[in-house]
Amino acid sequence: MTIAELNQIRNEYEDLVKVRKLVAEEGAKLAEKTGYRKQILVCGGTGCTSSGSKKVIEALESELKKQGLENEVLVVKTGCFGLCALGPIMIVYPEGAFYAQATPEGVIRVVDEHIKNGNIVKDLLYKETVHEDGSIISLSETDFYKKQLRIALRNCGVINPEDINEYIATDGYQALAKVLTEMSPDDVVNELLESGIRGRGGAGFPTGRKWAFAKASKGDVKYVCCNADEGDPGAFMDRSILEGDPHAVLEAMAIAGYTIGAHQGYIYVRAEYPIAVQRLEIAIGQAREKGLLGKNILGTGFDFDIEIRLGAGAFVCGEETALMTSIEGHRGEPRPRPPFPAVKGLFGKPTVLNNVETYSNIPQIIRKGAKWYSSMGTETSKGTKVFALGGKITNVGLVEIPMGTTLREIVEEIGGGIPNGKKFKAAQTGGPSGGCIPAEHIDTPIDYENLTALGSMMGSGGLIVMDEDTCMVDISKFYLNFTVDESCGKCTPCRIGTRRLLQYLDKITEGKGEMEDLEKIESLANHMKSSSLCALGQSAPNPVLSTMHYFKDEYIDHIQNKHCSSGVCKSLLSYEIEKDKCVGCGMCARNCPANAINKTDYIAPGKKLPAYEIDTAKCIKCGVCITNCKLKAVVRK
Amino acid sequence: MENQMIHLKINGIPAEVPAGSTILQAAKTVNVDIPSLCYLKDINCIGACRVCVVEIVGRRGLTAACTYPVEEGMEVLTNTPAVRNSRKTTIELLLSSHSKKCLSCPRGNNCELQKLSVAYGADEDRFSGDGDDKRYAIDDSSPYLVRDNNKCIQCMRCVAACKNVQSVSCIGPIRRGYNVHIGCAFDKPLNEAACVGCGQCIVACPVGALTEKSQTEAVWNAIADPSKKVVFFTAPSIRATLGESFDMPVGTNVEGKMVAAIRRLGADEVFNMDVTADLTIMEEANELIERIQNGGTLPMFTSCCPGWVKFCEHYYPEFLPHLSSCKSPQQMFGAVLKSYYCEKNGIDPKDLFVVSVIPCTSKKFEVTREEQRTHDFDDVDVALTTRELAAMIKRAGIDFTDLADEKFDDPFEIASGAGTIFGATGGVMEAALRTAAYKLDGTTEAVDFNEVRGTQGIKEATYTVGGVEIKVAVASGLANARKVVEMVKSGEKDYQMVEIMACPGGCINGGGQPVQSDAVRNNVDLKTIRAKALYDVDRSIDLRKSHESPVMKLLYDEYFEAPGKEKAHKLLHTTYVERSAH
Amino acid sequence: MNEKSLNTFKGTIVQEEQLKAVIAKHHDQPGGLMPILQEAQGIYGYLPIEVQTMIADGLGISLSEVYGVATFYSQFSLTPKGEHKISVCLGTACYVKGSDKILEAIETKLGIKSGECTEDGMFSIDSCRCVGACGLAPVMMVDEDVYGKVTPEQVGGILDSYLNKKGGAEE
Repeated sequence: MTIAELNQIRNEYEDLVKVRKLVAEEGAKLAEKTGYRKQILVCGGTGCTSSGSKKVIEALESELKKQGLENEVLVVKTGCFGLCALGPIMIVYPEGAFYAQATPEGVIRVVDEHIKNGNIVKDLLYKETVHEDGSIISLSETDFYKKQLRIALRNCGVINPEDINEYIATDGYQALAKVLTEMSPDDVVNELLESGIRGRGGAGFPTGRKWAFAKASKGDVKYVCCNADEGDPGAFMDRSILEGDPHAVLEAMAIAGYTIGAHQGYIYVRAEYPIAVQRLEIAIGQAREKGLLGKNILGTGFDFDIEIRLGAGAFVCGEETALMTSIEGHRGEPRPRPPFPAVKGLFGKPTVLNNVETYSNIPQIIRKGAKWYSSMGTETSKGTKVFALGGKITNVGLVEIPMGTTLREIVEEIGGGIPNGKKFKAAQTGGPSGGCIPAEHIDTPIDYENLTALGSMMGSGGLIVMDEDTCMVDISKFYLNFTVDESCGKCTPCRIGTRRLLQYLDKITEGKGEMEDLEKIESLANHMKSSSLCALGQSAPNPVLSTMHYFKDEYIDHIQNKHCSSGVCKSLLSYEIEKDKCVGCGMCARNCPANAINKTDYIAPGKKLPAYEIDTAKCIKCGVCITNCKLKAVVRK
Repeated sequence: MENQMIHLKINGIPAEVPAGSTILQAAKTVNVDIPSLCYLKDINCIGACRVCVVEIVGRRGLTAACTYPVEEGMEVLTNTPAVRNSRKTTIELLLSSHSKKCLSCPRGNNCELQKLSVAYGADEDRFSGDGDDKRYAIDDSSPYLVRDNNKCIQCMRCVAACKNVQSVSCIGPIRRGYNVHIGCAFDKPLNEAACVGCGQCIVACPVGALTEKSQTEAVWNAIADPSKKVVFFTAPSIRATLGESFDMPVGTNVEGKMVAAIRRLGADEVFNMDVTADLTIMEEANELIERIQNGGTLPMFTSCCPGWVKFCEHYYPEFLPHLSSCKSPQQMFGAVLKSYYCEKNGIDPKDLFVVSVIPCTSKKFEVTREEQRTHDFDDVDVALTTRELAAMIKRAGIDFTDLADEKFDDPFEIASGAGTIFGATGGVMEAALRTAAYKLDGTTEAVDFNEVRGTQGIKEATYTVGGVEIKVAVASGLANARKVVEMVKSGEKDYQMVEIMACPGGCINGGGQPVQSDAVRNNVDLKTIRAKALYDVDRSIDLRKSHESPVMKLLYDEYFEAPGKEKAHKLLHTTYVERSAH
Repeated sequence: MNEKSLNTFKGTIVQEEQLKAVIAKHHDQPGGLMPILQEAQGIYGYLPIEVQTMIADGLGISLSEVYGVATFYSQFSLTPKGEHKISVCLGTACYVKGSDKILEAIETKLGIKSGECTEDGMFSIDSCRCVGACGLAPVMMVDEDVYGKVTPEQVGGILDSYLNKKGGAEE
């Protein structure tokens, strides 16, 4: 394919995609031009697929056919819109009507009332998009989207990721064309350096410098790797990008190949992401077909191809040297650096490795220029960052915000606050390598330096919100359990240190902790930070250190008073039935999985049946009795 | 570029080392020792144990000195509070999951972890584990090796020795994280795996996780049994290494003290295995010539190393016809003792208890090979490693270093220099060439075959003797052996004779030799110094060729007639077994 | 620590042919061991010694190296899985919403622990880290079916529905 042909495809498909960005009359006009008077976008990301979007699409297509509308209405299966809690999500253009939690039954109504008769089915819309007066507002004006700035996610929820033409329609592969025809490798490096973009995978190393090192390394064979081994539990930014806009990553990798002098790329992706893998395979296939991967790309003589390698369930493979060891077919153990990958990486050759989100920014930096990119963000952290918002928050989902946005804006405005009227306690960023940010720092603008200064880190972008029901000792135990499981076992501080740290935390949550354990934890944690081989071990103590720093009272409460104020640590709890409140209905006993609740002889004054009591020896403290007691007679102490 | 010198400061001391050196190597040049546990020169360099951490001025955190290359102008600090504290904590963490049965551990006084624990004042109970120092069953399934993973510190030195040095890879890390342990595939016991028994893992182990299977009790019992006549014989290299167990300098020849000590243990006779090394040469040179002259399978590979033989059986069964049918010197000695010697002295072979002292763990397996028996019991009852002999001498209260020299017993006392150099790589080849040359053209000249000497892994030479051109190769270390076999297999190389010794450098560096710590191994060329002791013997005596030995004349005149003849064939030759590669 | 499978190996010739084709496909590819193990597990459902031996022979590497890789990655299984594979997400989002209690309820119901398979071979339980359905936390999966916002009380009903399905399939 030539560049002229590329432009031809763009022109051909441009309007079709533009409809999804314009609403009301303007969009309607354009829609007529495209031949489809309506476009229905349904999310086919993992979140919505889990909530049943496949059935919704099937129902939609069959209903449209039944009604004879299939030629005037286009159904587009997109990537993630971001609002995973509302899935399956469906948007109808040109109205921009945002249907949440769509069902096959609802779809029939939408086709009937909205598509056929032009009446938006308001009771099925996302309630935030419906004004009190009944008018609807576009998605971009909702609280969830208003403060977001979508660069890495620009095509997610907009285009059909399984159709390369739609990517091309949004200026896709124009950056590659520009690089191959107008820029030298040095120009690319300089553009990235000027843009200020830093790696989105964790440590935030300047991407331009990384590429410059690999470019400077001598060698005929070099490699470009993409880290899509998003192992941080509760993070799904990379997955969403791969599912929603896979070509952006392919394009960026080809640009990296041209810049450093590599002809082969590898994408190392978690096997737990079947949809992402499938979309990548389709994307690679289509790119090859169009001559955008493979030999003589765009007729410029540049060769570059990409292979997918699947992970097999090892968090440590997100570490760059471990990832390469794994691609080489070995146990995914990290290697000492130096030599750095830019000098001696995959198969011993100079290698550039970036994560998915980093790559997805690059084509736009090339097209729109370093100045455009560096105008966003803070002094040291440019551009935007994608976060996977989860935990105790109303709008669970995917958000992209300019660097410098405060945590409060994310939690309260974009995230819609904490459900059930509970109080914000902390936000965890950086997953098992990060730390907790307490309420007192909620107004901190988010960037690399600020998060590190708070004892956390940017990480890949998991952001878990915790409320007053979350025990901070328990949560640091949760993360340590994770790192104990995921430590590769190569170096001593991590292999044994994580295990010993966990033992101390176990002790504390079981009510056997001593004050001197806190000193031991701290000294061991600092040892691991300074002396572990790789970032996994060096950062594994962060969740413990940061919770001990901000929530020391909770640790002390567990140790000295044998008390867990959040009511999480089972060993420190007991359940009791207040007999005078008990009507003897027996719901608790019937639902008790441990048969620990028995009838007594006591009948409370004014009640007809004998009260129940809990055999504490048998009780497994699951709390099922509390949820089953309508009279709140069961109490947790 | 390669000769470029880098200038740096270590603890303020200026150092100048070649580019590519590590901090650890650079420190040694200015007499700064940096401790290490996982690093083993040329074998294992993975930066895993973290005991060698140092501070680099301007760099965050601590850095492993064993892998970090020096940089111009670098300033390294190896003795700061942070460094000392980190090393101490790392050691304490290791101790927290280490079975601390140090008082009776065979490596008790020679344990690298223990030395560091003392040096850094580690508190072994600081991070006391939860009883998980008894997590693993001890594997003593093989006749030669015991693995106690409860003592293992996951340094991976054994794995590297097995994989990188020997290309065997029958052990490896299993699982991950805290559950990483070393073992065979599917956690099978060692005797069910394709282990060749070389014992290079044992001499690589810094702690007591790997030891030979001690058989000293059986020897003590035999000595105490009045119905048994107990005879010892010692392999050529023992004289060159036994002294190390008594803190004597590496390479000291202690032959006389060794004989005296064994006699004091209670041995009835002490013989010299160099004698059956000569006997092996008589048979093997004859076999070579026959193969060359009669169109037999060539190249002929030597068969005196049981590790190599087992390697060939497991991994290259198609090469078994290439193996010389000669038994090893140990097995020939056993056969000679339980046939000729017993007959001549009117001893019931059942009452003769034969103890070999060998530098090798694989020979503990070799003695159990049923196909090599003369009667329906083993020819050699117990094979003791150098280490076990040293342990017996210590237990017997013998003041080894001050013993007066004594001589081997008749009739297996005198041997040629050719028999002695059997203990080093190239020695068997040289010994065979000396005799083959004589047999082919009657020359009495050719003695030194320098091309096959030295410790490099693969050596090649071409000699013309008696008008016959003989191309030879010598390999030590099984990874090198594999290379040679592959070259022969592919037709790339064409030899008449190939000598293989499983251990790098040959028996002087065998898996049964005294264990030297990394501090020694990383800085001293053990192979060369130990081998020198053997070549010194060869040079200093007149009898340098096997066929000139009076003992050979005696044995053939009185018993075997001539090499390859019926009795010799029956007692001194053997067959091999095809084994699975897994 | 013996990992030997109690189940006797029941590989078919068809499976062996498939495995051989997989090995041939990846034989000359650098780092081909991982994809081979993944596809082998796809063919056999797990990676018993017989399968790993064929892979070691096919690639000319030691069985110990294959085993070392197979035991490093949590997705590789040395034991057969149940007819219905239950997977409970223990990712942070799910954990914060109580997925540990879901796992506990399943373990109690089936009388086995995570990582094990019921005696009748019907169910096996595993935990996983984030299936990406954080919006539905806590999440459990049975085979390909995702159950979101699960409560411990629902567990029994969900599992029973698979037993019934099995009965239906046999009719």
